[in-house]
Amino acid sequence: MLQSIKQQPFRAAVLMLVWGWLLFLVLAPNMLVVGASVMTRDPSTFISLPLNLDAYRQLFNPLYLDVFLHSLYMAAMTTLVCLLIGYPFAWALSHVGKRRQTLLIFLLIVPFWTNSLVRTYALKLILATNGLLNSALMSLGVIDEPARLLYTEGAVIIGLVYLLLPFMILPLYSVFEDLRQDVLLASHDLGAGRLATFKNVIVPLTLPGVLAGVMLVLLPAMGLFFVPDILGGSRNLLVGNVIKNQFLDARNWPFGAAASIVLTLTMALLIFAHRLSKRHLGEEGA
Amino acid sequence: MRWLSRSYLALVYLLLYVPILVLVVFSFNDSRTGYNWGGFSLRWYESLFSNHAMVQAMWNSLWLALTAATVSTIIGALTALALHRYRFRGKKVLNGMLFVVMMSPEIVLAISLLGLFMLVGLKLGYVSLLLAHVTFCLPFVVITVMARLSGFDERLPEAARDLGASEFTVTRTVLIPVIMPALMAGWLLGFTLSMDDVVVSTFVSGPGYEILPLRIYSMVRVGLKPEVNALGSLLLVFSLVMLMLSQWILSRSKQ
Amino acid sequence: MTKALLTLSGISKQFDGKTILNELSLTIGDGEFITLLGPSGCGKTTLLRMMAGFEHPDRGSVTLSGTDITQTPPERRPLNTVFQNYALFPHMSVFDNVAYGLKMEKRPKTEIRERVEEALAMVQLEDFSGRKPHQLSGGQQQRVAIARAVVKRPKMLLLDEPLSALDYKLRRTMQVELKRLQRELGITFVFVTHDQEEALSMSDRIVVLKDGYIQQLGTPREVYERPANVFTARFIGQTNFFPGRVTRVDGKRISVDVLGLNRELNTPSFRVSVNQLLHVLLRPEDIRVLAPEDTEGVPGKIIERNYKGSTLDSVIELEDGREVMASEFFDEDDPAFDYSLGERVRVSWVDGWEWLLAEESDEPLTDEEELAADVAEH
Repeated sequence: MLQSIKQQPFRAAVLMLVWGWLLFLVLAPNMLVVGASVMTRDPSTFISLPLNLDAYRQLFNPLYLDVFLHSLYMAAMTTLVCLLIGYPFAWALSHVGKRRQTLLIFLLIVPFWTNSLVRTYALKLILATNGLLNSALMSLGVIDEPARLLYTEGAVIIGLVYLLLPFMILPLYSVFEDLRQDVLLASHDLGAGRLATFKNVIVPLTLPGVLAGVMLVLLPAMGLFFVPDILGGSRNLLVGNVIKNQFLDARNWPFGAAASIVLTLTMALLIFAHRLSKRHLGEEGA
Repeated sequence: MRWLSRSYLALVYLLLYVPILVLVVFSFNDSRTGYNWGGFSLRWYESLFSNHAMVQAMWNSLWLALTAATVSTIIGALTALALHRYRFRGKKVLNGMLFVVMMSPEIVLAISLLGLFMLVGLKLGYVSLLLAHVTFCLPFVVITVMARLSGFDERLPEAARDLGASEFTVTRTVLIPVIMPALMAGWLLGFTLSMDDVVVSTFVSGPGYEILPLRIYSMVRVGLKPEVNALGSLLLVFSLVMLMLSQWILSRSKQ
Repeated sequence: MTKALLTLSGISKQFDGKTILNELSLTIGDGEFITLLGPSGCGKTTLLRMMAGFEHPDRGSVTLSGTDITQTPPERRPLNTVFQNYALFPHMSVFDNVAYGLKMEKRPKTEIRERVEEALAMVQLEDFSGRKPHQLSGGQQQRVAIARAVVKRPKMLLLDEPLSALDYKLRRTMQVELKRLQRELGITFVFVTHDQEEALSMSDRIVVLKDGYIQQLGTPREVYERPANVFTARFIGQTNFFPGRVTRVDGKRISVDVLGLNRELNTPSFRVSVNQLLHVLLRPEDIRVLAPEDTEGVPGKIIERNYKGSTLDSVIELEDGREVMASEFFDEDDPAFDYSLGERVRVSWVDGWEWLLAEESDEPLTDEEELAADVAEH
């Protein structure tokens, strides 16, 4: 070790810096969360001994279980809507001319580079009781009096879809780009109709993209606490809101930590599924 | 079939951009209520810049994004170079940790860092924000630089050493110039991520150092604030410029 | 040989438990053009990288003009390398590429300019100094790579398959060019290639390598005409192998039973005894194809003929099924000289043109087996 520092001081310095940063700011904090989740709540020092699984037990408290299931439901709906919009979108996008494709992709990333709070707020302008959508619908005579759009479950889902749609489209687009035209032709040549080709060839080949998209949408859809804060009111909470409240307001760190570990495990499960599907297609795991 | 898919694309883009357009148009709306058109006005931009706390938050955010992007670019580039060039023990672990940072939900990263800062007694403020922002920007820089390095001829650094350059000189005169476009793109991405972040900042910022996203957050949680329209429009223009710059750099480097 | 410049002694190297070089020793003389030749995976590139300093041997030492440089890093060795795909710095102009090594030596600006221009003139690229590498053709990039390496006036130039990326015609031109450069500069060239033709035409000496062992070390003539073993004979050029059995040993001459003929041959340099089995090696150009009514030689029929411009190459099937390759020069008196398939001929050779090898303990692979082994390796 000393020998190598002397021989290659630059290399040693780089490795030390990188390791140091990751150990201190990634490994240690994550260990801390795991540790905190099995400790006892303490009003002054946040956490204290003895070790126990109370926090995990608390997750099954009907009050929180409801919130979790509701959050999961909204996240699942968000993912489903994103998939339904994104799948045909990615297909259509991959069939546009190359030059125009570059521009369209650019337009897709612009929102990603734009402040998400501001975009969520813009939705509020549209969905508010006397907002644009209601005014438009009323002047068109579709409805007689303003509908209650804001502070509903639907508003939260719309907000999440709006923020997360590009994350579904981009991985789907990349699998459609890799989907070779001759494979589809071969399928038709062998007697498969459109539907059979879709079911037997297109779906299996685009599955890794679907799973990647699901991964990139489902998890943030449970964590983006500012969306319900702005659009959903107090009844449509996400897991993210629960964790935030436990950490910043209720000061119940063990419970917040346990909730976030559940979130992380969900992520691990999804990544595992994604890898499996890629391996199934004979590609190297990402 | 063709026009159907084209109009579908158009429709989705319309839905993506309508809210943004509404925001920009309303930022010039004289009306206080925010829903009806009351004539063209720049009053919200004026009120934005006459708000001392708001301007301070803007500067804070800019400074934070600038420093976080720079630090994460330096560390990220060195990490990518180390992963690419050196064989060392625990390389897979290092890779794994970067993957964890990138994939784990932001909120988990946020609470884990908050826990750490509390544990070591770090006062929440600029330093804690900087450490947190650098950490979540890091994997993105690493990935951008690694992508550039993957097409890199392994013999180049060897050629440089053969001609008499030390490891440090090789990095300075060959590796850094070659990965420069990726560094710039990574920096811009880091800058934007930092400017945009709400989730992590909510946890690790302190009262002494207010940043823009958190200020916006507290404004939009209740009711409608026309100033937000103006601010949002400014941020939009800003992001557009940054994104175009980054695309330009990357496309130029491909030639 | 002139005085030794670089000495490798007892070099061994393993990668991941696989032996690449095995107790290898080699002395390279000052000013010679030496070629490391062998199939891929034979250790030639590793050997070159060891000379350059990119690899360090597990055992053994590298000595340059009497100084041990086994552990010296590449930047402190007075040797330079021309890399396989040139490894030009893409972000620097041709001038800056060539100047790089001199800048590392912290030479004054005027000297750098002079020497770079001189080096570029030497490879006929003086008008290209402002270009970037991607604006040059493959051959021009190759010249820049050479100029960049020789501008430092190294004691030795290491070339790692430098011509493999060029097309056939350009490769021939560059071969001549490299020879000219070497004569002009008077420095030692160590050249790595898997192309035996290139090795034969360029080198003063050839090192034939296989599986980390030196198979033969000699001039191109020695290696081609007097291969030390079956591998070298097979690897360099085409060879007919005939099984022979010694029937009589008599001082300078021995009798060998080969293809049913009893031929009197010169005694080889290795020990022979009666009834010993031998390989009788004959290059296709040493085979004589005779008329069927001739009394000499072995009967057979033509099964393949290939017009090669200056030669007519044919394959003759003997009555026992064995195939013989023959390559005959066109006779100016008989321009219409040719064979038809199935034509009956007799095969012979001039006494003394054969080369004898003892049967080896690890019996040689047939061409097909060797090919299969080669494929499996990649």
